[in-house]
Amino acid sequence: MLNRCECECTGLSQKKLTILGVLVETELEKLIEREKPTILKKWFDIAIQSYDPDTAKFLSNQKDPFANPVGSSTLKGLQGLLDQLLKDLDRKAVHSYLDPIIRIRAVQAFTPSQATAFILSLKQVLREMLDKKLQDPKMAKAFMSFESKIDRLCLMAFDIYMECKEKIYQISANETRNRTFRTFERAGLLSEKKGDRPKIKKTIN
Amino acid sequence: MAEEIPKPEELMQIKHRPPKTDWMKTPTNIRKGMYCYASNPKSVAYVDLPNAREWNPMEDDWKLPDNWQEIIHDGFKERLERFRSFKVFMDICVRCGACADKCHYFIGTGDPKNMPVLRAELLRSVYRNDFTRAGKILGKLNGARPMSLDVLKEWWYYLFQCSECRRCSVFCPYGIDTAEITIMGRELLNLIGLNIDWIATPVANCYRTGNHLGIQPHAFKDMLNFFVDDIEDITGVKVEPQYNKKGADILFITPSGDVFADPGTYTCMGYMILFHYLQEKYGFDITWSTYASEGGNFGFFTSHETMKRLNAKMYAEAKRLGVKWILGGECGHMWRVINQYMDTMNGPTNFMEEPVSPITGTKFENAKSTKMVHITEFTADLIKHGKLDLDPSRNNHMKVTYHDSCNTSRGMGIFDEPRYVIQNVCNHFYEMPANTIRENTFCCGSGAGLNAGEDMELRLAGGLPRANAVKYVHDKHGVNMLACICAIDRAALPALMEYWVPEVDVTGIHEMVANALNLPGQNERTTDLRGEDIPGMEGETEVESEEEANE
Repeated sequence: MLNRCECECTGLSQKKLTILGVLVETELEKLIEREKPTILKKWFDIAIQSYDPDTAKFLSNQKDPFANPVGSSTLKGLQGLLDQLLKDLDRKAVHSYLDPIIRIRAVQAFTPSQATAFILSLKQVLREMLDKKLQDPKMAKAFMSFESKIDRLCLMAFDIYMECKEKIYQISANETRNRTFRTFERAGLLSEKKGDRPKIKKTIN
Repeated sequence: MAEEIPKPEELMQIKHRPPKTDWMKTPTNIRKGMYCYASNPKSVAYVDLPNAREWNPMEDDWKLPDNWQEIIHDGFKERLERFRSFKVFMDICVRCGACADKCHYFIGTGDPKNMPVLRAELLRSVYRNDFTRAGKILGKLNGARPMSLDVLKEWWYYLFQCSECRRCSVFCPYGIDTAEITIMGRELLNLIGLNIDWIATPVANCYRTGNHLGIQPHAFKDMLNFFVDDIEDITGVKVEPQYNKKGADILFITPSGDVFADPGTYTCMGYMILFHYLQEKYGFDITWSTYASEGGNFGFFTSHETMKRLNAKMYAEAKRLGVKWILGGECGHMWRVINQYMDTMNGPTNFMEEPVSPITGTKFENAKSTKMVHITEFTADLIKHGKLDLDPSRNNHMKVTYHDSCNTSRGMGIFDEPRYVIQNVCNHFYEMPANTIRENTFCCGSGAGLNAGEDMELRLAGGLPRANAVKYVHDKHGVNMLACICAIDRAALPALMEYWVPEVDVTGIHEMVANALNLPGQNERTTDLRGEDIPGMEGETEVESEEEANE
């Protein structure tokens, strides 16, 4: 019985323990995999409840991705993230799912914690779902390991959030700089070689 | 700064759900990044608008006149009597919600007060209280509330989060035009000096010198002459624009953004190249004006009277120069003003002729009364009659999609002409999804005077639905160029793209026309109008061009 196994009392080797651990983790992941649609729905509901109730209703009900980019990006992103959590977190793939959600939340009326908190809500969803199963120490341990993956996701989300904020300030500053430059130029305060007319250039990429 | 940093215990409290409160009880939180700076008192005073003074929306005291409530009430009453549509729009909304989720600002910000129905309710609630019997008796039960400082601040905050794009009106079963409600609301705010500087200063500049940036005639001419040099470098042909020419056949007016702001400047070069071609081939006689040097009209975002004052220069200059008709450049709200208001504000004119293309003989019957033709109609007609020698392969490096600017599409029904032109000058054109183009087009998020730098979060959130559709065609077809026929779009969309779809650039249509147009006597064209190498056509100037591209 896996749920009675502890390395100290049974004297299992480290190798065997790892194998058992992987088995339990696999069991947890299988469970999550099986319940994925339900988990995803609950996670999505919590994420969009960070909006006003009337807005949340719209974000949930409107299925057209062009009429509802916030709702559809959020749902698509969470789906991808859940898949990634069940695998080894691939940084590039995680970024591709996380970025669209965070990019949107970075321009909305959220504090940094509110913008990224939805990631941690997955813990709440999973805890409620697993409930008594977590009394099994092995399962609890496997769950802790899964939770730290969620934590990593949250940290990545915060990185993206900061990148987005910096980008916003950069775009704003560049617009102002370009306009000021033009004003000086028109006022004849700048002497330049022919062909050096300033151009709006993208700052990064 | 210090007081803005949250305390640890505040950071611990992450609220997942905002409280469900009635909208009237939800306080307005004026947030940085969402509003534009208050108007400069000098600009307000210059055009004789009321209550010119320094003020700051973040401070409690907005320095209003003592009787501001009376001014708003009287102004409201006057407008209800003057504008039948305003009165009807105040009365007939049944709050069905058809418009609620159609606003790009609502979709992008998620703020329910950006639902068009609720934005209109901001005014309607006061209307019911002040002007309807039911509202007076039943008060809140009837959705009425008295005007207060909080209500006023809510008006200001949300009426400057509407770009008057009219997408909501397309879906209203009663035909309510929420943009007109915003227009009226902004007029009322102007009565007590509550405008934004991004509007007020261009208005003052335009009134004084003829354009938004306050560019004087000689500087305007200098800038165009700068383009003459650029064009010669790129094509080997020296174009010779005419300025303030009395007796010219046609007067050309375009937004000054085309003359002074990239990437509109390339569109401006495009006009100049097209006019030169037509002059050489067909003796086309068109003049620029350094006085009517602005097509845009930020008076439209201030008051009817201000709009009329600024618009008047178009006909005045046409009369002074004695032209037959006016050709207008690629602009958005400029055309809304021309198409919807100019004829009754400053027209009808009796000193011009019904516009006829001197090259094709086409009568522009739609412009019979205003005497002003949109350049995409003019160019589409030239192409239709085979009057342009075009090599679209010079635009092969562009995979183009087209953004219908709100004002030209919903405001005057220009849908097919720009597409026809693009498809004749480019080989790769892809449409965005149907519910994001033509009459359903999404705003750039920066219209109606909101394309300032300080409200960037509003602009980026409001532009999300547009950018989302661009991203779709970028991912699906590799689209790398977003074409539009509006100067504000050309100024605002680069920032929007940089945030949401950085691989996509922005262009006006006549930039692409000029890239494709074969000029008599041109040299081997190796670069486009931006000085960037055309793939497969690189020539000896490659090194120099690369340096420019890497600036």
